[in-house]
Amino acid sequence: MKQPYLLPDISQPGKIGCSLPALDVPPAALPPEELLRTELELPEVSEMELVRYFTALSRLNYGVDTGFYPLGSCTMKYNPKWHEDIAKFPGFTSIHPYQATETAQGALRLMFDLQALLTEITGMGVTSLAPMAGAQGELASLLMVKAYHHSRSNMMRRKILVPDTAHGTNPATASMCGFEINTVPSDSEGNLDMKRLESMMNEQVAALSLTIPSTLGLFDPQIITIGQLVHDKGGLLYGDGANLNSLLGKVKFGDLGFDCVQLNLHKTFSTPHGGGGPGSGPICAKPYLADFMPTPLVVNKAGKYSFTSPPKSIGRLGAAYGNFGVMVKAYAYIRSLGAAGLKEVSEGAVTSANYLKEKLKADYHLPYNRTCMHEVVFSGKRQKAKGAAILDIAKRLLDYGFHPPTIYFPLVVEEALMIEPTETESKKTLDAFIETMKEIAREVTEDLEALHTAPHNTSVRRLDEVTAARQPDLRWEVKSQRPG
Amino acid sequence: MPLPYFPNTEADRAAMLQDIGVSSADELFQDVPAKFNNVPFKLPSPLSELELKRELSELAVLNANSDEHACFLGGGYYRHFIPGVIGHLTGRSEFYTAYTPYQAEASQGMLQSIYEYQSLVCQLTGMGISNAGMYDGSTATAEAAMMARRITGKEEVTVLASVNPTYQRVLETYLSGQDIHLTRLESTRDSLAPESACLVIQQPNFFGCLENVETYSRQAHDAGARLVVIADPVFLGMYQSPAACGADIIVAEGQALGSPANFGGPGLGILTCRQEYLRQMPGRIVGRTVDVDGRPGYVLTIATREQHIRREQATSNICTNEALVALAATVYLAALGKSGLRRVAELCYHKAHYAAEGIRRLNGFSLVFPEPFFKEFVVRCPQAPDEINRALFQEKIIGGLDISHLRDNALLLCVTEMNTRQEIDKLVQILGGL
Repeated sequence: MKQPYLLPDISQPGKIGCSLPALDVPPAALPPEELLRTELELPEVSEMELVRYFTALSRLNYGVDTGFYPLGSCTMKYNPKWHEDIAKFPGFTSIHPYQATETAQGALRLMFDLQALLTEITGMGVTSLAPMAGAQGELASLLMVKAYHHSRSNMMRRKILVPDTAHGTNPATASMCGFEINTVPSDSEGNLDMKRLESMMNEQVAALSLTIPSTLGLFDPQIITIGQLVHDKGGLLYGDGANLNSLLGKVKFGDLGFDCVQLNLHKTFSTPHGGGGPGSGPICAKPYLADFMPTPLVVNKAGKYSFTSPPKSIGRLGAAYGNFGVMVKAYAYIRSLGAAGLKEVSEGAVTSANYLKEKLKADYHLPYNRTCMHEVVFSGKRQKAKGAAILDIAKRLLDYGFHPPTIYFPLVVEEALMIEPTETESKKTLDAFIETMKEIAREVTEDLEALHTAPHNTSVRRLDEVTAARQPDLRWEVKSQRPG
Repeated sequence: MPLPYFPNTEADRAAMLQDIGVSSADELFQDVPAKFNNVPFKLPSPLSELELKRELSELAVLNANSDEHACFLGGGYYRHFIPGVIGHLTGRSEFYTAYTPYQAEASQGMLQSIYEYQSLVCQLTGMGISNAGMYDGSTATAEAAMMARRITGKEEVTVLASVNPTYQRVLETYLSGQDIHLTRLESTRDSLAPESACLVIQQPNFFGCLENVETYSRQAHDAGARLVVIADPVFLGMYQSPAACGADIIVAEGQALGSPANFGGPGLGILTCRQEYLRQMPGRIVGRTVDVDGRPGYVLTIATREQHIRREQATSNICTNEALVALAATVYLAALGKSGLRRVAELCYHKAHYAAEGIRRLNGFSLVFPEPFFKEFVVRCPQAPDEINRALFQEKIIGGLDISHLRDNALLLCVTEMNTRQEIDKLVQILGGL
């Protein structure tokens, strides 16, 4: 059968995709009929059909293992296979979060050690592994900001300053935490507009939420002054650590004036993204925020590891302790690289991005012509003027076998094309990508149609998103055939 | 020694730096204040694959795992059978090394899998629509409560006292952000405040008992509130869904559907609701559409609710979710199908009742709550549950959840299809011999 069929299309009554044991105890009386389900219309497929179906689907998907994936802001680096093996040790997977801590000392020790490693890597004072993704780490951080100010009887700080280059999660999180959001503009160099920051920073501001390097891929050289300005007015500096890959093993957030930062283990620390998750978003904070950290933290008392709840904790973020399976892989990554290896990561990532910048800046407009960090943001406005939107360029890249970079973000760059090559791509791959980008730039002049109709070689071509949103088809439905 | 993660040779690197026009990579860090660049990092020396695997396998064996122990522990995370086929399919690296499927044409596999996921969990819960998943059952509950607030415009959330206490803690954390008041309801006898946006209940509840969903549904709806039900997805394989009894939003922890407990993460927050609440849903949603040639395909849709489009107006800040765990749940539900899930649920039911009956007959033990229950039940023990768990552990049994802080000497036990008759008999025998 040709794709795309769906599970109901291959379902046939009487099939099953796995075998189950017989009942080995005397049956109990079943509950009253009216409590029981009379219909449960799940598909019925054999194991082989199931394998063929999902294998076929996997082949319609592009991952880091398939090829170059320069999706800006997402740090799509290679995920070492043997880290997956370690995470699958039964001593890590088949353990219950509520079993006695003395029977899970290995897991607690790993978490304790990871807390310490991340504290050192960020130069902060304390780390919580509880957040299950970056956005939840942001949520925890801003709840801590709120709790910190409230603990000092300061209830008037209701604003969070967010740069215009920020990830969407930053304002969304501030809003979830009950804050009002004020947007700080960038200046012509791509740095934070200091004059505007000065005028906006006052006693009503709880924190400045800052990504460094910014989503423009630029390190703001005013960072120390920014921190001082915020602190002088009694605010806190919160860091979105999504772009830590550019500073790993070289620069510490703690030195730069941050009070609290959130990390993304599924970006910087090489755990796979899983097609959208699971992630892990630890937060690292200065010692004066330690009392507000989420519950629980892992502590070591005379060689015995246990969980503890900080005295003024913002509370629990989930039913357990964070995404342990992801932590194992991140831990393996740090231990396999060491300090020198981490430095090689950031230097490699920054070298790759600057190499792309130099090689492509003649072909694509570079809005900020300065040294970039781990990613480079171009503008497709020259191509746009000739009739090719950045979306067309992205779709054309698919024809050449590359996953497109992030497009239309950050919002401050017209026709933004945000390329993050990472340190795990070879010069050969980068050169092939450069050649392709140049070829596409030529096509904009010579064969615009090829761009407008791209992609041509994918399993589907451009999809009708408008109809998808106006007439939502969000599931298949199979109703019971049974009478009544 | 070169490290395997870095594909470039010294010569490659030198050539790249030359083309950039610098003599070292460090020169590219010129915007970093010099004083804070190249600071020392005190980290352990790097280890090779062989060394680190050895070290971590030694750490792993310090954990008592449920492959080598009989396990009667539940309380929100459950040990159910995981068909081998799941790992082989979620292990396809085209799935697990992909990012969120923003580029639809290169992500049809994940997008279609999520569409299957949304369909399957809707079939299971009986609700109209599902999103692509949340972090875990507890945060799905918190997001459901915030949804109810947006739907009703009311400022309070009510939770039934029999809901998993940890879930209640997570609700507190999430609601504190927007200063939403959380109140507790002890039973059907109490009335719901008119300010309440929703009533949150759990089916079966934290103590394993079945709630009368219809009664709570009436109570919630009479007060103009919505009913949020936290359900056990395996329970739904056998019992009528709360959807049939008036639930407006059904959430669940999806770990039980094909994933190991993993020390509590990653899990999967299932969130399903009535179709009319679509625009208030948090998180990603996949829709089916057609391409320019009329071929069916899948895209992320209704994104105007989400943070990357709506920023501070978004329904939630969630971005990364638990896509791979959702894929495991998708394969699980398809592998078991209608008869398999029912069978798993019935195995749990019969074995749990067999265990409860055996323990109830023991001197000094009793069941704290009357029937009906599904796979979990609370026993009152003649001594501290903590001591009992220690004694069981000596015999390679991971006992129940000590809830003596909630009820005197109470132990919450869970029995699933994974527990053999032999294990159950041994449990009863040890308890009887204490």
